[in-house]
Amino acid sequence: MHTELIDRIRAAHAAATQLVIQGGGSKLFYGNVAQGEILDTRSLNGVVDYQPKELVLTARAGTPLADVEALLAERNQMLAFEPPHFGCPRPNPPPQAGEGANAELKPVYATLGGCVATGLSGPRRPYTGSVRDYVLGVRMIDGTGETLSFGGQVMKNVAGYDVSRLMVGALGTLGLITEVSLKVLPKPAAELSLQFEMAEASAITTMNRWAGQPLPLSATSWHAELLTVRLSGAASAVAAARAKLGGAELHDAAAFWQRLREQTTPFFDKRPLWRLAVKSATGPLQLGDAQWIEWGGAVRWLASDLPAAALREGAHGCGGHATLFRGSAPPPQPSPRTGEGTNVMPTAINDGVFAPLAPALMTLHKNLKMRFDPKGIFNRGRLYPDF
Amino acid sequence: MKPGFITQLRTLLTADSLLTAPEDTRPFESDGLSAYRRTPDVVALPENEAQVAAVLRLCHAHKIPVVARGAGTGLSAGALPVDGAVLLVLSRLNRIVNLDPLVRTATVQCGVRNLAISEAAAVHGLYYAPDPSSQIACSIGGNVAENSGGVHCLKYGLTVHNILKLRAWTVDGQSLEIGSDTLDSAGYDLLALMTGSEGMLAVITEVTVKLLPRPERAQVVLAAFDDVAKAGAAVGNIIAAGVIPAGLEMMDRLAIRAAEDFVHAGYPLDCEALLLCEVDGVNEEVSDDIRIVRDVLVSSGATEIRTAESEEQRLKFWAGRKAAFPAVGRLAPDYYCMDGTIPRGQLPHVLKRIAEMSAEYGLAVANVFHAGDGNLHPLILFDANQPGELHKAEEFGGKILELCVEVGGTITGEHGVGLEKIKQMCAQFATPELARFHDVKAVFDPGKLLNPGKAVPELYRCAEWGAMHVRGGRLPHPELPRF
Repeated sequence: MHTELIDRIRAAHAAATQLVIQGGGSKLFYGNVAQGEILDTRSLNGVVDYQPKELVLTARAGTPLADVEALLAERNQMLAFEPPHFGCPRPNPPPQAGEGANAELKPVYATLGGCVATGLSGPRRPYTGSVRDYVLGVRMIDGTGETLSFGGQVMKNVAGYDVSRLMVGALGTLGLITEVSLKVLPKPAAELSLQFEMAEASAITTMNRWAGQPLPLSATSWHAELLTVRLSGAASAVAAARAKLGGAELHDAAAFWQRLREQTTPFFDKRPLWRLAVKSATGPLQLGDAQWIEWGGAVRWLASDLPAAALREGAHGCGGHATLFRGSAPPPQPSPRTGEGTNVMPTAINDGVFAPLAPALMTLHKNLKMRFDPKGIFNRGRLYPDF
Repeated sequence: MKPGFITQLRTLLTADSLLTAPEDTRPFESDGLSAYRRTPDVVALPENEAQVAAVLRLCHAHKIPVVARGAGTGLSAGALPVDGAVLLVLSRLNRIVNLDPLVRTATVQCGVRNLAISEAAAVHGLYYAPDPSSQIACSIGGNVAENSGGVHCLKYGLTVHNILKLRAWTVDGQSLEIGSDTLDSAGYDLLALMTGSEGMLAVITEVTVKLLPRPERAQVVLAAFDDVAKAGAAVGNIIAAGVIPAGLEMMDRLAIRAAEDFVHAGYPLDCEALLLCEVDGVNEEVSDDIRIVRDVLVSSGATEIRTAESEEQRLKFWAGRKAAFPAVGRLAPDYYCMDGTIPRGQLPHVLKRIAEMSAEYGLAVANVFHAGDGNLHPLILFDANQPGELHKAEEFGGKILELCVEVGGTITGEHGVGLEKIKQMCAQFATPELARFHDVKAVFDPGKLLNPGKAVPELYRCAEWGAMHVRGGRLPHPELPRF
């Protein structure tokens, strides 16, 4: 299957045709619209190596994220960046005989490759790090069909430029990730969540203040006058922090954080949904719409019809950037996997999903793209319209 | 170097900021790896970013190479002066620009010392986590250039995990803002690409680092083993028990003895390996973790276990480990420090092979090991005054690094490639990867003016050196002629 992918990439390189990399199809909504033939990664399936004592897992890019997490859970370990799936936990069982054409319409699910390519992390991120922090190495195929290996399976490695981390969040524009090695962590022994009725401004200050103290924080959220914090660690440490902080214990805490991680509460149904990343202690953003704050104040979600430029300028002024996380158009559906069809994605997002880059940085981006994918065959336009 | 160029350079800097006389430039002849020396032609010591930019622009216009240097504590000859280049010494950019205790960040100029950041943050109960052993002297710009680690990496990460934003200058003197004041930024992760790039891509002048709350308590356990393999297994067992120690260090017999003779830390001497395991965090958590660690050490066959019961005792336990390098330095006129990283499970095999090679070369080796993250520092003892010994030590060191690659590890965990390990890069990477590294370099510095000849070998050099990387039976560099 690997050689089939290489052959298709070489052919696309030779003919300068465009490919859209697609795994389980759970994050098609994210990024700008890319056009081209689907390059299906689902055949790159399976965990290659898992050494719990080394805290290292290596898996192929098309492996369902849920399979990776289930395997880690067997050894009481986890992906510390708590990646959102934005899809069903698992692919459907293989189609039975006689199911016919409908068998192609599988529900979407997250793959490890998509998790790394989008670089999205969940509620635990500000306290334990992001996807890119845990990537130790990648194997990939570049835009000329060359297979490459960067990084490795060890925690410390400063030989050569850090190309593996460069792939994280590049949305497949620099190459097809075929295999990833990640650092994993033990699951905390105990976890509990506390809620506090609190106005926005003091909630932001409180989240920042607590993060500066030796408390076992692992997630924070504020919405509708309610501050929610999660504590994770040794049972004794969690109990001590609970006593110190007060508040009311949240009883369906796991479900609460799961809904936030997967954006399944009604708040996240509104469109267009913006993600404003700002300096964490930035005060309440006066943008006229209800917001959901997480990551210790560093991320503010809101559904807003304000012009993109205004939101972008506002976020930039607060030390960060604004992303049109989910546009107004219905999210694209995964396409049939004939391998020859053209991906049908709506073209409603026309203002650019990601904050524009300073000219000097944009030049570097274009030149990096040119070096890894000289004919521009991979996910053209997904990150920035020009490449 | 043309006199006209020097004259122009002089107009950009104050009088005491440009050194050209050999007696003035000689102090900059090497970094921390003094086996490599070269008196620089010109040393520029800019006092601000505008001067950095101006020097870069002038050098670019004249196609003069530039080698950036911070405190000069690096251990891979990464800041070794280069023929016909300007040595750009950035130690005068040493101002803490801003420290925000609520957001827990510090923005500092590149010449600020690593430890100075933690000292400035201490009043707020905060600190900067990466703590390379040179932290009293090394500066943050160099830390970013090398992606420096320290003894707390397993739990708190490397430099790349602890920075948010950089200001860097391209080879032609344009400024770049990389990263942001929040946890991510739009576009490619250039922050990761710049970290560990060894001065090859741009010149870093300002860094925004993350600060962490000081742990409430830290406690260390010392354990002795009669077998290195048992100590290695104990490390895996601690981690399998769900504890991520703040520091987890191992020393072998020769290193233990040297350290004990030097600082009298009270280490047991009738053992083959010593483990130091420090846990930190909330008070209650530390108590729980210490119990778990002790149980695991017992079941892993430790012959002796001691827990530091006071801060004084904790520091004493650490004193031996922290003095290990100078202590080993007393055993021989010179030593050569290697920096490979291996999957921890390979430790017994790697130590056995090192012992065999040690006998073969007739050079003793003391092993100090950041056991938690698999970063091995074999210290090869030799006498540079004996003809041929330095060469022998270098060759032995190279073999150790190739062994690290062979078992699935890497030639450098934290010291960087620099000039020292450039040959072993050919063993670690095949032609396509090396070619991509050159591509990345070309994106930032097409004229190869920044730190030329370091970090990434030219492909033809790999063939000349005969350092071959054979992967999956594929002969490397098939396009190159062989002699």
